[in-house]
Amino acid sequence: MSENRIKKAFEKCKHENRAAFMPFVSAGYPDIKTSQAIMDGFPQAGADIIEVGMPFSDPMADGPIVEAAGHVALKNGQTLQKTLNMVASFRQKDSETPIILMGYYNPIYIFGVDNFLDEAKKAGVDGLIVVDLPSEEDGELCLPALKANIDFIRLTTPTTNDERLKTVLKNSSGFIYYVSITGITGSKITNYDKVEKAVKRIKSQTELPVCVGFGIKTADDAKAIGKHADGVVIASVLIKALGDSLENEKATKQSVNSVLEIVRSLAKGVRQAR
Amino acid sequence: MENNNLRNSLKNGPDENGNFGIFGGRFVAETLMPLILELQSEYKKAKNDKAYQAELSALNSTYTGRPSPLYFAERLTNELNGAKIYFKREELNHTGSHKINNCLGQILLAKRMGRTRIIAETGAGQHGVATATVCARFGLPCVIYMGATDVERQAPNVFRMKLLGAEVVPVSAGAGTLKDAMNEALRDWVTNVDDTYYLIGTAAGPHPYPAMVRDFQSIIGHELREQFLKVEGKLPDAIVACIGGGSNAIGIFHTFLDDNEVKLYGAEAGGYGLDVENGHAASMSGGKPGVLHGNRTYLLQNEDGQILEGHSISAGLDYPGVGPEHSFLKDSGRVNYVPITDKEALEAFQICTKLEGIIPALESAHGLAQVIKLAPTMDKEQTIVLNLSGRGDKDVETVGKHLGVEL
Repeated sequence: MSENRIKKAFEKCKHENRAAFMPFVSAGYPDIKTSQAIMDGFPQAGADIIEVGMPFSDPMADGPIVEAAGHVALKNGQTLQKTLNMVASFRQKDSETPIILMGYYNPIYIFGVDNFLDEAKKAGVDGLIVVDLPSEEDGELCLPALKANIDFIRLTTPTTNDERLKTVLKNSSGFIYYVSITGITGSKITNYDKVEKAVKRIKSQTELPVCVGFGIKTADDAKAIGKHADGVVIASVLIKALGDSLENEKATKQSVNSVLEIVRSLAKGVRQAR
Repeated sequence: MENNNLRNSLKNGPDENGNFGIFGGRFVAETLMPLILELQSEYKKAKNDKAYQAELSALNSTYTGRPSPLYFAERLTNELNGAKIYFKREELNHTGSHKINNCLGQILLAKRMGRTRIIAETGAGQHGVATATVCARFGLPCVIYMGATDVERQAPNVFRMKLLGAEVVPVSAGAGTLKDAMNEALRDWVTNVDDTYYLIGTAAGPHPYPAMVRDFQSIIGHELREQFLKVEGKLPDAIVACIGGGSNAIGIFHTFLDDNEVKLYGAEAGGYGLDVENGHAASMSGGKPGVLHGNRTYLLQNEDGQILEGHSISAGLDYPGVGPEHSFLKDSGRVNYVPITDKEALEAFQICTKLEGIIPALESAHGLAQVIKLAPTMDKEQTIVLNLSGRGDKDVETVGKHLGVEL
């Protein structure tokens, strides 16, 4: 029996009276070596939980930055198996930091749900976020994942009203991911107060930690959101920095550090929030 | 007996979760779930609302020009020397294709639901034009997402949409075709949930779209049954339609699903041929089940579950998926889905134009190519109906290019 790393990470943050900091890496972007180095460097830079993006050809909830990164990764031969291998490699070096895989259902469906859960468990995956699997499709992956002791983290959004929230919370585990905006990744949060209200509303209905993602770009954003949320997710701003560091789509000496530098700065923002 | 028949009917789908057997479903981001649940409930109400049905019916006859005629293609029949060939002439509809049938149904629904902004995706531009048309008719702003490649190869339709007052947004992601346009439309919808209605053009996507679009298009089959019985005193021996997402096909097939004596053929886009990797858009003949754009269905994809772009000479068929009810009908064996190559479609396009004086859309020409294969193998007493789903004016430039003619 492996301990629940996600639960432990949130307990530790709660003890330190701060939100968990959760950076995102797109597996295989711009290449396996670079994305592995970024992932491996996250905990040192202040990450409490790591989100690993599984590239997909048609990421309907993502903006152009995350989409383009996924397409580069796929062009360079990234596969779901290779993404799982990256997690396994990370796990050899770090047995504490939780890993959440985030992506879309079709590659998992084609890999085979049971096969995927076996391999993910073996690799050391702790949770899954699958954007296009709402509660209505729980039989597909959510219930099998829970049976395999992998958390199934669900998204709630500004369109999730109280009645709907009950449906969403059922079978949710690990934490609740609140999408701060109606829109795609890479958009900008415009109203902190609204987010705060939403987080409080969700927290009143669940014991699970509530984390906020989509639209957090600066240390100030992280600070403001981290005041009330149990966790703060950042993604597009990291992918953009990584993209800016490339030359002809190839990694340079600065690439890994350009990402980790932002992680350090935003992790600090989160730690100063309360 | 009656109950038993109903239970065995192929027409019962989908179930309340939108499943046709293993196909269909609601694979969408949580942001959209409340919207499609609302749509499902509003559509259910509208379906039983006499005033709504009366308004739709009046528009169908006075605005679209329904019923569309059933036409005996005499010279084509004589040329092929086999079964009698009829065309169900959806290309005579206002806006030039079957797409208007669905657009009118959905725009009335959008109005009922108080939506003030309409978005849609389009491939060949037929659905875009039909959507822009109903938006003009009802005074609603309209944004059409269209792959950049398609914007180029269907220039006349792009201009038509703009004349009708629509904003056309070219999508350059991927290969710049229908799949990419649909991704972008979904992104718009996720962003503008409060006021926006997504008017999907084919019988695909998350539940309730596949069933709803089918219902609006089923008027084609219902009219055909009545017209055909009047002319021939029996049902047709075969019905043929082209398949991209499959809305014209399900529209003409659906009422005949339990009439087993009527053979049904769906002509998929075989492009350069099924043996050419990523060189066709025949998702059922050359793909396997997967999940994309809100539904489980046959998809063109690689071994890692990444979606392929596909290829077809016809922008309207150039889509790596297909409506989930077709996937169900394929597996059940009720409909025979066959690939038709670009070359076969081009030939059929020219034959029809010369023999019947009707320029078919390149999409419909795929169906026609299947008719040309089928008719000579049948008796002269037998009958085939082709759903002539669209007119080919928009394709004249493309065809010219393929025939080596600069316009």
